[in-house]
Amino acid sequence: MKDLSLFAGCLIPNRYPGIEKATGLVLDRLGIKCFELKEAACCPAPGVYRSFDKITWLTLASRNLVLAEEKGTDILTICNGCFSSLMDANNILKNDAVLRNEVNAHLKKIGKEYRGTIEVRHIMEFLHTDIGVKKLSDAIEKPLEIRTAVHYGCHLLKPTKERKLGSAECPVFFDELVEATGAKSVPYEGKTSCCGAGGGVRSAMLETSFKMTEYKLDRIVRAEVDCIIDSCPFCHLQYDAGQVELKKSGKNFDIPVLHFSQLLGLALGYTPEDVGLHLNEIINPGFFGKIAEIQKRNAPGR
Amino acid sequence: MGIISLKSLNISFPIFNPMKNTEILTCFQCGTCHASCPSGKYTSLNVRKIVRDSVRKDISDQPELWMCTTCYNCQERCPRGIKVTDFVLTLRSEAVKKGKILPAHRKVCNFLIKTGQSIPIDDKHRDIRKKLGLRIDEAARKKALKDVKKLLISTGFGELIKK
Ligand code: SF4
Ligand code: SF4
Repeated sequence: MKDLSLFAGCLIPNRYPGIEKATGLVLDRLGIKCFELKEAACCPAPGVYRSFDKITWLTLASRNLVLAEEKGTDILTICNGCFSSLMDANNILKNDAVLRNEVNAHLKKIGKEYRGTIEVRHIMEFLHTDIGVKKLSDAIEKPLEIRTAVHYGCHLLKPTKERKLGSAECPVFFDELVEATGAKSVPYEGKTSCCGAGGGVRSAMLETSFKMTEYKLDRIVRAEVDCIIDSCPFCHLQYDAGQVELKKSGKNFDIPVLHFSQLLGLALGYTPEDVGLHLNEIINPGFFGKIAEIQKRNAPGR
Repeated sequence: MGIISLKSLNISFPIFNPMKNTEILTCFQCGTCHASCPSGKYTSLNVRKIVRDSVRKDISDQPELWMCTTCYNCQERCPRGIKVTDFVLTLRSEAVKKGKILPAHRKVCNFLIKTGQSIPIDDKHRDIRKKLGLRIDEAARKKALKDVKKLLISTGFGELIKK
């Protein structure tokens, strides 16, 4: 298997480093060679920069792409926002010679040139396509036996013409990966609906963004699940920190939020602390107890 | 029979179309976009109206432009195949050119200019990283920032957000 460059982004290293830790642990366990793209900068975030100025957005994204081109590796993202920015920019620059020339004129000033030689991947589709559900479930000795609400996140799937990951209305690959860990992916109303954070709405209109979050959390709780599984730190932040905000107006959800890397880490036998769950805002002791119990039951020698 | 005036046919002709995009003229105002919009459920954002109004007038001032989460539902479901979300992004950049930037977004932009990241590290998380055994390569981050600064000057981004 080809080596990959890990593009961690801003939000994961700087706010949810537990996700970075968990990703490192699971990739290592699965024998996937992935090295951090150390000189990377902001992807840049699609909501604000893509809205503001297309050329600036493309130029900064292209610099990150070039760093991986220089290493001869594809990029692995663990955030839907980074995935969206880098994949869209890569596709645009590969296909549009005028924009490519314009961007390269800017890149020349830092001695770089975009060539269009690599692909941008997201850990979810990478695990599904390149590792496969079968191999993943084989790596897990005992099932995790919890009920989860899967949140794909908009930019993992859409625009479908760019992502080419199948239906955005009834997607399945993420659920299949979750079920490979032994957890159950429970259907719920509004499953493919937005968490409310994207497009710069969270940063500029927090209250508005929480209305969408509350809708989601309400439907998720009704599905009687143990936790939410996401694939994006921005959705993660919106659900996790969002619950703290919603508590202030008397709305208690108290539902743990896990990135898929963290769920997979638990299924591979790492503790909640190993995968950084104690660093979430929402700490639900009942959930930690349940995981501890399952892991004890699943411990080798029993 | 007199000459039929174009006006009496009541066909919309674009007078303001920053995208030079004739695709949106095929919009037949079905409202699928708005009906699919998670934000429009709770806000005054009506993306169907945005598409309609944008060909007739300058709507850079409308706060609704910034209520879109870019979820792409409208774009996915538009029966005419109009790239509705991409169009909203284009309208936003027109607004930005006119200096219409929300304070919170300006702040995020300034983080990028100063640190090369949109959400910079703070002391609390520096500490957490240390405890997790995750390091920060300060030299690499410095190099990144130097490049980002040069590129932002080159594309004129600093000037754009100063407006
Ligand atoms: S869904 Fe498409 S055709 Fe229908 S109103 Fe919206 S933009 Fe127009
Ligand atoms: S992309 Fe924006 S306008 Fe379109 S449905 Fe989503 S939030 Fe609404």
